[in-house]
Amino acid sequence: MFKFDKLVFGDAGWGDEFLIATLMTLLVSILSMGLGLFLAIITVWAKLIQNKITRFIANFYTTVIRGVPELLVIYLIFFGGNAVVMSIAKVFGYNKYIELNALTIATIAIAVISATYSSEVLRASYLTISKGQIEAARALGMNKFSIFFKVISPQVIRHALPGIGNVWQITLKDTSLISVTGLVEIMRQSRISSNVEHSPLTFLITAAILYLCLTTISSRVFKTLELNYSKGFST
Amino acid sequence: MIEFLNSIQNSLIYKNFFLVLSGLDNTILLLLISLPVGFVLALLFALGRVSKIALLSRTIASYIFVIRGTPLLVQIYLIYFGLGSVKFIRESFLWYALKEPFWCGVIALTINTVAYGAEIFRGGIQSIEKSQVESGLSLGFGKFLLLRKIILPIALRKVLPSYGNELILMVKATSLVSLTTYMEMTGIARKIMAKTFAPVEAFIAAGILYLFLNFLMVQFVKYLEWKYNPHLRLNN
Repeated sequence: MFKFDKLVFGDAGWGDEFLIATLMTLLVSILSMGLGLFLAIITVWAKLIQNKITRFIANFYTTVIRGVPELLVIYLIFFGGNAVVMSIAKVFGYNKYIELNALTIATIAIAVISATYSSEVLRASYLTISKGQIEAARALGMNKFSIFFKVISPQVIRHALPGIGNVWQITLKDTSLISVTGLVEIMRQSRISSNVEHSPLTFLITAAILYLCLTTISSRVFKTLELNYSKGFST
Repeated sequence: MIEFLNSIQNSLIYKNFFLVLSGLDNTILLLLISLPVGFVLALLFALGRVSKIALLSRTIASYIFVIRGTPLLVQIYLIYFGLGSVKFIRESFLWYALKEPFWCGVIALTINTVAYGAEIFRGGIQSIEKSQVESGLSLGFGKFLLLRKIILPIALRKVLPSYGNELILMVKATSLVSLTTYMEMTGIARKIMAKTFAPVEAFIAAGILYLFLNFLMVQFVKYLEWKYNPHLRLNN
């Protein structure tokens, strides 16, 4: 039933393929988490400045993406992304056919989804910073950049870390949906292997165990980070 | 004006909208079974998790750990492709359910929501103040009465917002069942895309319907919150 011999490394088994697939899952997760955090910062900024238009756009974006299944967002970006990029290129006078590779599309799609979750976390932790601190920094003559990097972000990171850890777990699990685009990550690899070997149970359980390892290890990492960042605050 | 209406009626999104709408009942069918069953099982699992029987509590904790640590897609595939490949399951009565993508979807969604729900309910149950349980005990409440009159009402009321979140995640999760050839809204949208080569129109039509479904879910949860939190209403 469970064929251990199919999981050895080398040509006889799928061990090395699964190792590469696991690294691919990690790569997509890290890239899209990073891009997602960047998008989330922009979204939070758009929500917090006193501008009705940017606030409306940001709210529209987070509401729609969070209300629509992740799979649908991935399909939309995977099948519609090329057309959008080509029409943007056309504006700049570039008329040839452009095809984004699977990794780029996967990263963008997952980032668009994870940014909506990250933005909620970042916004909540930004709001915990009291206004007096920003005013005090301004009174010391700090400019906007140093206020952001020296006063706001250290505190936001500390408050947001548990939430960001949750978003990371969601992002990691969402990368399994990327398999529908053909990018060979854990899920796709397990489907390919089980089609070749006619043993879905073996490879799907392998995939489940790999995901479990990834989530467990990363939750440990985030716990350590949290301890690190809450030095002097923890009880 | 009439020209404008005609152009809307002839547009792809409009036509796709009604095609995708025909999959709405399949999506709702998935939810109608997995959500109530998931709710009841999650409550039982949460009670088992906080119980003093170590073996039961450990078992449920590891079940929750495994389900929350793996993607839903793996669980769906494991049940649909994985279990179907095992010979003695194919020969047992389980095969009547497991050969249908619909029942595989229902089973996977239920297993998933039970794990998340149990964790939410556990949080609610453990957040109840000891004094409230003690006052119940001092009135001579038995275990069952304590559960029914004090623990469950307070805990459920507290976790309504986060359980509402889980309900919305479940609505979104039904789209994954389309990958087992079950024709609900996402499956139909993908079929339209394959036929017309117009992906954006097909998926936007489906997206609008999912947004609507989630909107209804949010309103339902809001109503429940209003109903069961009379002490928080501003004016009554």
